[in-house]
Amino acid sequence: MFNYFANPTRFLRLTSKLQPFAMIVTLITMGAGLYYALFQSPPDYQQSETVRMMYVHVPAAWMAMFCYVTLAASSAVALIWRHMVADIVAKSTAPIGACFTFLALATGSLWGKPMWGTWWVWDARLTSVLILFFLYLGYMVLYNAFDEPTRGARAAAILAIVGVINVPIIKFSVEWWNTLHQPASVVKLDGPAIHPSMLTPLLLMAVGYTAFYFWVLFIRTRAELNANKVRALRIRQAEG
Amino acid sequence: MSAFWQVFASLIQREIRLAIRHGADSMMVVMFFVLVVVLFPLGVGPEPGILTRISAGVIWVAALLSAMLSMDRLFQTDFEDGSLDLLILTPQPLELLVLAKTIAHWLTTGLPLIIISPLLALLLNMEASGYGVMLAALALGTPTLSLIGAIGAALILGARRSGVLLSLLILPLFIPTLIFGVSAVDAALTDLPSKPQLLVLGGLLLASFALCPWASAAALRQAAE
Repeated sequence: MFNYFANPTRFLRLTSKLQPFAMIVTLITMGAGLYYALFQSPPDYQQSETVRMMYVHVPAAWMAMFCYVTLAASSAVALIWRHMVADIVAKSTAPIGACFTFLALATGSLWGKPMWGTWWVWDARLTSVLILFFLYLGYMVLYNAFDEPTRGARAAAILAIVGVINVPIIKFSVEWWNTLHQPASVVKLDGPAIHPSMLTPLLLMAVGYTAFYFWVLFIRTRAELNANKVRALRIRQAEG
Repeated sequence: MSAFWQVFASLIQREIRLAIRHGADSMMVVMFFVLVVVLFPLGVGPEPGILTRISAGVIWVAALLSAMLSMDRLFQTDFEDGSLDLLILTPQPLELLVLAKTIAHWLTTGLPLIIISPLLALLLNMEASGYGVMLAALALGTPTLSLIGAIGAALILGARRSGVLLSLLILPLFIPTLIFGVSAVDAALTDLPSKPQLLVLGGLLLASFALCPWASAAALRQAAE
């Protein structure tokens, strides 16, 4: 499996098949999710209509972490086995993850203003997500900071692995510290503490966000692989 | 094993000797530290109440910035003159040689900061109860900064615009140390127990002591390839 997809052509063939599928899933689940979130779910008894912010905020935050774990895992694979496709996946994941993180921070801020009365608090959850955002930025800058692309790829991969320490901190920050941010209410051992009428749109949106990630990832990886081909051709041309 | 410790000790010795002979580097870090701290009373106004309140934070932020300022030199000169290749080729594990260099870096830049910090706390009108905890927190925190910074210093070898890049890479990773360092001193200043924060700082130090050299060594190996 692993070695099978080390071949970029095979990987391209697979992704070009999966890409329309990911697109369809994204459009259907996000469309249905937004419909349920905006029209079919009840307003919260405390937060009234602003609770609808949850349906864009929570999946974005999940995806921010999911993307980072993917980034770190594929960086590790790229570093250990010199797996070229894993490297491309890592490189293509970083900007998507950064966007999800930004989205989580921005929607959280917009939600925080009516609920907490402030755009921003320096509590553990918000700070650690902000650090995550900087890690993504650092990864992308480091990747492009070298004249030789492979050096950048490896240096950035090491940074991605070092930064993985932040992921459990984000996850448990709401339990370790007393913060304004509420603890997890969906992923719990004793089942979700959230009513099905709200859980349905949330999960639909989560699936939609995930499918969207894969959709964009497939586009980006194919663009990267093609860019690599162009680069190789140019070099060969220059060498005569 | 004894051969290894000989290399370890002589590497530390070499770094310290280099730092003493180019005295400017260590001095510059300390001067930068002092200057940044001195800017704050000028910037926020000299009311003692405000200065007392922000003293811990100002000293920590200044220490963070000074630590970072000296960081890009950690492997850069060795990388340029080729000693890094020799270090990698020695039979001793590179992780521990990195640790030796980091310790030497802390001795030549972190330690002077700790020594000068009470004077700066005095300038910022810090209350007497904060001094001991501030020294303890800095003593636990600055080695962590050196250890984490070594990863960044190794990653940026040979990069373009390496100075700015280094700050983007390691300042986010410095944040936990900053948070607990400042809150330890603030707790002491408000007569709360500061032991929990100091314990967390100690934990951060131990964790980075165990893990950071691996990452730095991996980064150095790929830089020297």
